Amino acid sequence: MQKIISAFLFLFLSSIGCAQNNPPFIETPLKKDYTYEIIIDGIDVPWGMAFLSNNELLVTEISGVLYRVKNGKKTKVNGLPYIYRRGQGGLLDVALHPDFKKNNIIYLTLATNTEGDSKGGNTALYSGELEGNNLNNLKLIYKSVPNSKKGEHFGSRIVFDKKGHIYFGIGDRANREKNPQDIRRDGGKIYRFNLDGSIPKDNPFFNKKGAKKAVFSYGHRNPQGMTVHPITGEIWENEHGPKGGDEINIIKKGINYGWPEITYGINYSGTPITNKTEDPTMAQPFYYWIPSIAPSGMAFSTSNIYKKWKGSLFIGSLKFEYLERLMIENNRVVKREKILDKIGRVRNVVEGPDGFLYVGVEGKGIIKIIPKT
Amino acid sequence: MKYLLIIYCSSLLIFSSSLAQEKSKNESILSGSEIYIDFCIRCHLANGEGVKGTIPPLKKSDYLLKSIDKSIAGLKYGLKGKIEVNNIIYDGIMINQGLDNEEIADVMNYILNQWGNESEEIITPSRVSKVSKSILK
Repeated sequence: MQKIISAFLFLFLSSIGCAQNNPPFIETPLKKDYTYEIIIDGIDVPWGMAFLSNNELLVTEISGVLYRVKNGKKTKVNGLPYIYRRGQGGLLDVALHPDFKKNNIIYLTLATNTEGDSKGGNTALYSGELEGNNLNNLKLIYKSVPNSKKGEHFGSRIVFDKKGHIYFGIGDRANREKNPQDIRRDGGKIYRFNLDGSIPKDNPFFNKKGAKKAVFSYGHRNPQGMTVHPITGEIWENEHGPKGGDEINIIKKGINYGWPEITYGINYSGTPITNKTEDPTMAQPFYYWIPSIAPSGMAFSTSNIYKKWKGSLFIGSLKFEYLERLMIENNRVVKREKILDKIGRVRNVVEGPDGFLYVGVEGKGIIKIIPKT
Repeated sequence: MKYLLIIYCSSLLIFSSSLAQEKSKNESILSGSEIYIDFCIRCHLANGEGVKGTIPPLKKSDYLLKSIDKSIAGLKYGLKGKIEVNNIIYDGIMINQGLDNEEIADVMNYILNQWGNESEEIITPSRVSKVSKSILK
């Protein structure tokens, strides 16, 4: 009898152990079909990346520098707004206007303080015209409030849909009790604007009294990866959970993504945040990670350069220092694989106009992944 | 008499301002615990153990406990490249977090007295202000 009890106890305990990791489990391929090359060095935290052409790109450094890089040679761009550098905040993402070739407009997300107070900072979206190494006609599109000295959860990535909208996200600014679930407050939101910076009248809460009109979705913790699905055109996002519960979400209009009411994560100290992982009024993630990988950056491979990788989703892991490849079939993640294992904290990944994958690695710079032939 | 008055007033000023500025060690540790949760815990973890080979430990860290000024400099200016902690080489990057001198002093006092770490020294903002980047080279 005692044997049976202990066998049950063993099964029970081991099943708890398994529940802690969310499948599919990460694999490390034995044979590497690729090599890599550092194409830009000397950038400590290459947060954002935007290609001007096959051999020229813009790279942001969190400390507040925007580089224009041609054939590996860096030049600083002048004329940036004030950047509040603290914790996870600083100069974040950069993106080109869909008609950049005609109007030279770029967008930046960054932490700043436009009020001139001493209360810290919060995330803002700016546009400007890039002429040579200067940023002119700087325009503040949105500045979130209130300022805070907290170092956590500024977001932020920028993407565009095909209908003339720009999207960007802001984290909960370390105020999960107040910000993410309240559409009258900034923080823990994805925002949507027209390309000229005006707010679309068909935004979900445009006519709701007291709401922030620019909010597109809410209940987010800290979005640091966003991309557009190459076939469906949907906005895909990843965000940091606490200890466990990092998420991939497909962003839809007016939807509540649940933080912190529902989550698969717990506090860093190990104590629970909530006992709920789902709620009928809130969206489930497309995928969630346990343990947390600390995701940043997001890109689909759409080219024929890496044959086995076409259609896969790539996401950086800051915590485990690799690039993650996720294979998706029938709307589910069916396989996860480590690419560039132990490369360093992977901050960003984008597909260049030449179809190659470019990876921003902290302490290293920008890496190009090259298939073995 | 006039000089005496000046000396008296200025010493009073210095005394009272030092009273206003200097926190007790316990107050500093308490403020430091909040800074730790906001800026450090994600990587160095709640138990201060970090991640072997990737994120150096703070708990019983010989690097921290033996080279306090270098640790202060790491917080103040950021730390990059190879360091040895408890006989393990770490070759990562920690960017400066934008903390002011008082916040650095507070979080130093916290990590120097947590997880079984003990330090008789009290780190003050003025000590932090005197640490230069060159110490890291």
